[in-house]
Amino acid sequence: MELLRFATAGSVDDGKSTLIGRLLLDSKQIFEDQLEAVERSSRDRGFDYTNLALLTDGLRAEREQGITIDVAYRYFATPRRKFIIADTPGHVHYTRNMVTGASTADLALILIDARNGLREQSRRHAVIASLLRVKHLVVCINKMDLVDYDEEVFNEVRDKFSKFAERLEFSDLTFIPISALDGDNVVTHSQNMPWYGGATLLWHLENAYVASDRNLIDPRFPVQYVIRPMSRSYPDYRGYAGRVAAGVFRPGDEVMCLPSGFTTTVQSVEALGTPVDAGEPNLSVTLTLRDSLDISRGDMICRPGNRPYSGQDIDAMMCWFSERPLSTSTTYAVKHTTRNVRGRIQSLRYRLDTESLHRDESAEHLVMNEIGRVTIRTTQPLFYDAYQRCRTTGSFIVVDEATHETVACGMILGPAT
Amino acid sequence: MTMTSNLAELEAEAVYVIREVAAEFERPVMLFSGGKDSLVMLHLAVKAFCPAKVPFPVMHVDTGHNFDEVIDFRDRTVERLGLQLIVASVQDSIDHGTAIEEIGPRASRNRLQTVTLLEAIATNRFGAVFGGGRRDEEKARAKERFFSIRDEFGQWDPKNQRPELWSLYNGRHRPGEHIRVFPISNWTELDIWQYIADENLEIPSIYYAHHRKVVHRDGMHLAVTRHLTLLPDEEPEEMLVRFRTVGDATCTGAVESCAMTVQKVIEEVAASRVTERGATRADDRFSEAAMEDRKKEGYF
Repeated sequence: MELLRFATAGSVDDGKSTLIGRLLLDSKQIFEDQLEAVERSSRDRGFDYTNLALLTDGLRAEREQGITIDVAYRYFATPRRKFIIADTPGHVHYTRNMVTGASTADLALILIDARNGLREQSRRHAVIASLLRVKHLVVCINKMDLVDYDEEVFNEVRDKFSKFAERLEFSDLTFIPISALDGDNVVTHSQNMPWYGGATLLWHLENAYVASDRNLIDPRFPVQYVIRPMSRSYPDYRGYAGRVAAGVFRPGDEVMCLPSGFTTTVQSVEALGTPVDAGEPNLSVTLTLRDSLDISRGDMICRPGNRPYSGQDIDAMMCWFSERPLSTSTTYAVKHTTRNVRGRIQSLRYRLDTESLHRDESAEHLVMNEIGRVTIRTTQPLFYDAYQRCRTTGSFIVVDEATHETVACGMILGPAT
Repeated sequence: MTMTSNLAELEAEAVYVIREVAAEFERPVMLFSGGKDSLVMLHLAVKAFCPAKVPFPVMHVDTGHNFDEVIDFRDRTVERLGLQLIVASVQDSIDHGTAIEEIGPRASRNRLQTVTLLEAIATNRFGAVFGGGRRDEEKARAKERFFSIRDEFGQWDPKNQRPELWSLYNGRHRPGEHIRVFPISNWTELDIWQYIADENLEIPSIYYAHHRKVVHRDGMHLAVTRHLTLLPDEEPEEMLVRFRTVGDATCTGAVESCAMTVQKVIEEVAASRVTERGATRADDRFSEAAMEDRKKEGYF
């Protein structure tokens, strides 16, 4: 069974939490005790119908205010796939939570209220999904029951959104007319919209083809931990543990270690104690090498003929998370793969308007929830790829050394120009 | 048996998190109660560092009200793996006067565990504490990060959590603060059981159906043990039961079951219409926000 991670974003009233509640309920993932609690709570609050949003809004403050504040993770499975939903708030004040949810997603689901059409918020969600290289986008046009299931309304939103999305990068874009409240086209086909011949949302989630999104071409192995048992049974064992970021590593492969530049051969690939033929992307493995070299955490194992960029001056798109604005005079801690360095943001090229895609080159700061293009200089070289090519070696976080807060994230574009 | 890609990915993610903590923290510790989630987590740690030993100790917060089968399993496991076990005892906290025993027949030491846990973290100066919490267990847990910072009082501030992107975890903290780490955040109850089956893991016998004397209280079947005080009208009855979760014996209910093998348990869990906590935990029944409130105080 495959795993699909998807992120949802929506505003207070788009019905996102209701949709997730509906997916869980109709795929029989809601348990009786959970449903009873929600029914009881809906009654206590004087609602006319069972408010499925109460299933996902887990914090007291969220239930009180009727909004989603933070990313919540939800799980359901069908016979075809297991799903992890990162359910994120949609408001501009929570852009950082959306970015967080999208960072690990294979697919993004955007909800649009059919009555309101395409609004700034939906555009922002699409821009964020595109920036975070979520390649599959599903747009659910919700509350079709409130517009008499009118095909024209659906077509208009679809056409407007498609036009906007031409400027973004998605490998597939799907539109589905739904009513989350009643379940139309969520798990079963709607009787109310015979004009819609496409798939239901659940069918689409079960069948979206994401396997080809893995990078099998560029072998990258950030060394996470050096295993040295120093025991009688393993006096000389030295294994390099880590998670394959991209590409495939096999015994006998000639590899290069960075920063040293030494080359050697992979002796064995061990998947948590068992020798295997290949270490594939995303798997946690241990490599042993033929020669004993000086390799430690934060080093990168690659192929001599296929190396990542190596350097200290890097261009990136950056999303700012902190209440304290981006400062070009502060040295921050930077974490990239398993490598911890320090760095300074040399310049802010522009701030991106996430609704219009306008680039404001006069911007001097990024404040919380803003996104811009920056050049960063690090104290030590990083071994990196463009984020577009490899998420793991193309991403970093920025940490304030005084408060220890994670203040920003970066998606690498390439060497500074 | 080959592992499904779903479990292989969850395993790789958990191992990555465990190795990350071992690499970046000076004094990590892994909580180990002998329960199914903590033993899966411990098994992942063993695999993460193979063929070396697990490079940190394990700790059990012992309420003194445990099932004997589970304590026996805990001790055998620790011995087999050559681990260092730290037992933080709620009874000690009560004896020192830092925790006050609840009174009455419904008294439980569940809540007192938090006091003992925080004392043990402070005494041992642990910077990172691994817990086997899963996001599918409960709605407050659904909001938890893999790396969750706790202040000097052990408090969780759900509205002010660090953004957590990709697999770049930020474990920085001030002296006195610590990080709770949840490597199996993304596992569900069914994933745990399928992994136990795939890896052929031994688990405490009380997870399988067995005959046991129980009493019916608050909609649950509570095991009659030396830790449980019977109410005047309660009549113990022998039933065929198993435990879906294993916590303090005074507040963990059994479920009727005839599942005596791991495959039968998987079938039962897959068909279940009630969550594991809803079925078996008195501690989550106080209110809609019972878990959130306890977590804010420093509970796992």
